[in-house]
Amino acid sequence: MPGTRPAETGTVVRVSSGAIALLVLGLGLVAWLSARAKAQAFAGPGKARLHSLPGYHGWYVALWAVIPALLFLAVWSSVSGGLVTASVLDSPAAASLPAEPMQRGAILDEARALADGTQEAAFNPQATALAPEYESAQSRMAIIGTVAALLLAFAGGAFAFTRVSPNFRARTRVERLVMALLLVASLIAILTTLGIVLSLLFESLRFFSRVSPIEFLFGTSWSPQTAIRADQAGSSGAFGAIPLFWGTIFIGAIIAMIVAIPLGLMSAIYLTQYATPRVRSWMKPLLEILAGVPTVVYGYFAALTVAPAIRDFGLTLGIPSSSESALAAGLVMGIMIIPFVSSMADDSIAAVPQAMRDGSLAMGATTSETIKRVLVPAALPGVVGGVLLAVSRAIGETMIVVMAAGLAANLTANPFESVTTVTTQIVQLLTGDQEFDSAKTLAAFALGLVLFIVTLLLNIVALRVVKKYREAYE
Amino acid sequence: MTDTSINDIAAHQRADHRGDERPKMTAQGVSVFYGDKKAIDNVSIDVNRENVTAFIGPSGCGKSTFLRTLNRMNDTIGSARVEGRIELDGENIYSPDMDVVQLRARVGMVFQKPNPFPKSIYENVAYGPRIHGLASGKADMDQVVEKSLRRAGLWDEVKDRLQDSGTALSGGQQQRLCIARAIAVDPEVILMDEPASALDPIATAKIEELIHELRGRYAIVIVTHNMQQAARVSQRTAFFHLGHLIEYGDTSEIFTNPRETRTKDYITGRYG
Repeated sequence: MPGTRPAETGTVVRVSSGAIALLVLGLGLVAWLSARAKAQAFAGPGKARLHSLPGYHGWYVALWAVIPALLFLAVWSSVSGGLVTASVLDSPAAASLPAEPMQRGAILDEARALADGTQEAAFNPQATALAPEYESAQSRMAIIGTVAALLLAFAGGAFAFTRVSPNFRARTRVERLVMALLLVASLIAILTTLGIVLSLLFESLRFFSRVSPIEFLFGTSWSPQTAIRADQAGSSGAFGAIPLFWGTIFIGAIIAMIVAIPLGLMSAIYLTQYATPRVRSWMKPLLEILAGVPTVVYGYFAALTVAPAIRDFGLTLGIPSSSESALAAGLVMGIMIIPFVSSMADDSIAAVPQAMRDGSLAMGATTSETIKRVLVPAALPGVVGGVLLAVSRAIGETMIVVMAAGLAANLTANPFESVTTVTTQIVQLLTGDQEFDSAKTLAAFALGLVLFIVTLLLNIVALRVVKKYREAYE
Repeated sequence: MTDTSINDIAAHQRADHRGDERPKMTAQGVSVFYGDKKAIDNVSIDVNRENVTAFIGPSGCGKSTFLRTLNRMNDTIGSARVEGRIELDGENIYSPDMDVVQLRARVGMVFQKPNPFPKSIYENVAYGPRIHGLASGKADMDQVVEKSLRRAGLWDEVKDRLQDSGTALSGGQQQRLCIARAIAVDPEVILMDEPASALDPIATAKIEELIHELRGRYAIVIVTHNMQQAARVSQRTAFFHLGHLIEYGDTSEIFTNPRETRTKDYITGRYG
């Protein structure tokens, strides 16, 4: 909000960029109304026929008024801070500042806080001396910014306003701009993904400069604790990720799928082939609720309910069991994945043409023979695609394994024992106070990169399989 | 569609041998409902053994619906309900004792759009014999497959590529494959629901030729939109209109001397 406060150096103007933006938008509204009115004046009985509706002219002028000004504001707000500091440093009061950058920075920060009013008194007298400089520089910059933004808004609006005429193709231009906006929206998602990949890649490269990729990918010992002090004992760190990969596959791709594939497939078959429409109409949404349960809820269900039961069961069988077992995490993850498998299978079975079903039934096949011999084979590629997507989802799943799978990097095929997964270890490596330049924390990025690549490949393969299969019936 | 050509064909058939005319299937007072809507109203008809019976009529007249009651394919539609009595060799096919699986093995069906399974040509034909246990061993099955493909007039075209996918054949070949698949279980009746409507004229001609050859071995019921086709392939013709059976008689009679004006209007192309 604009406000003034008398100070030693004269009137201080504080304008937040939000307020300027509101002002610019207000100007935009004025531009819209006046341009529309101008366009409407052209039209009417006996007058020229407008190329575009008056509203489009309004939008055209309003966008010209608003967009350049807002773009300027965005740029200005990022550079004005630097300009303020530069001008303060140029002032005579700044000549006495210490040359050492850290102290200098501290004093400047304090002066800025005084100027902003967030701090009442300064610890350093030099800061008190600089505060008025800051205030005046800030107010200068604020005035420049405000005036420039408003000028731009006026100029843009006026330029566009002069172009409003019956033959002006405002509609085409506005629509082109809308298209550009849509493009930007889609680019943002893509660029973000790219940024994530690059950050993963660079951090991973830093990791691989300390630990060789061969050791990371093929080593069988995982113990990421590195010594903080050189004289600490026994913790040089070992970064062989095989136990993690194994744990991830064991839980996500083996145990979870042993649960999810048969249950998901069978429920899809029941729902598409046997259930009456009424049963289907309440069972299918109910099944899909499973997909909506937050994974953390599954996590404590696994850790508090399933894991102890499985440990007791294992112990009665005389198998060495721990309270955090691969089986518990895998079973619960399998349950979580059922809706994925079942809805993909449901879709692909439903996509098999009714003519196939009729053809088989007309041969005297029973419903179950039809399912076994015609529907499932025909729907198989879609089902496989669904399963691959489910696997990729399962190996990236974090909460359940963090809570139920344990931390010990065991290389074991005994489902009653504790194993750990890639996602669990990433959480472990990055929680707590960590320096972000040790091999220990950097390992998290390498693990993330591997996980990313694997799930990406799985998704690509799965989508291809599904797509190819869809084409077969179209 | 009025033309002397239909009359010629039909008149020609009068002299044709008509085969055993004892009824194979008998429908008495059959009505079909989809929910509350009555699609077929009180139809009684006999289907002769060794003859081809054609059902004709404008779209939506219920001829396909009625055809599907003959092997209870309407059972697959939840809302469909059938009243009345349909007999196959004197046995009520809607009685609780009738096993629908057995019924469909005896009354086969060929659909409007060729619907081979996405399996090999061999497996398509072997499908029925396999589920009904009609062949013992590989050699036996090979024989059944060859015999069925030969009867369907497809053997020479596919004998070298029996392992290719059935869906890779042309439309006409696919339809003959479906016919081969239907006759592989050695049915007594074959129902054909506009079997040539999705095919080009040459493929259509082949199907019609095939129907001629199959006649005598099976009772055939064919639904068709094409009146020349009905005149060419059938010995008996039933004209359906708005769920009613308007007229049923010898094909030659129906096409040359229909009793009902509605039949006459339809076959002379006044509507439909």
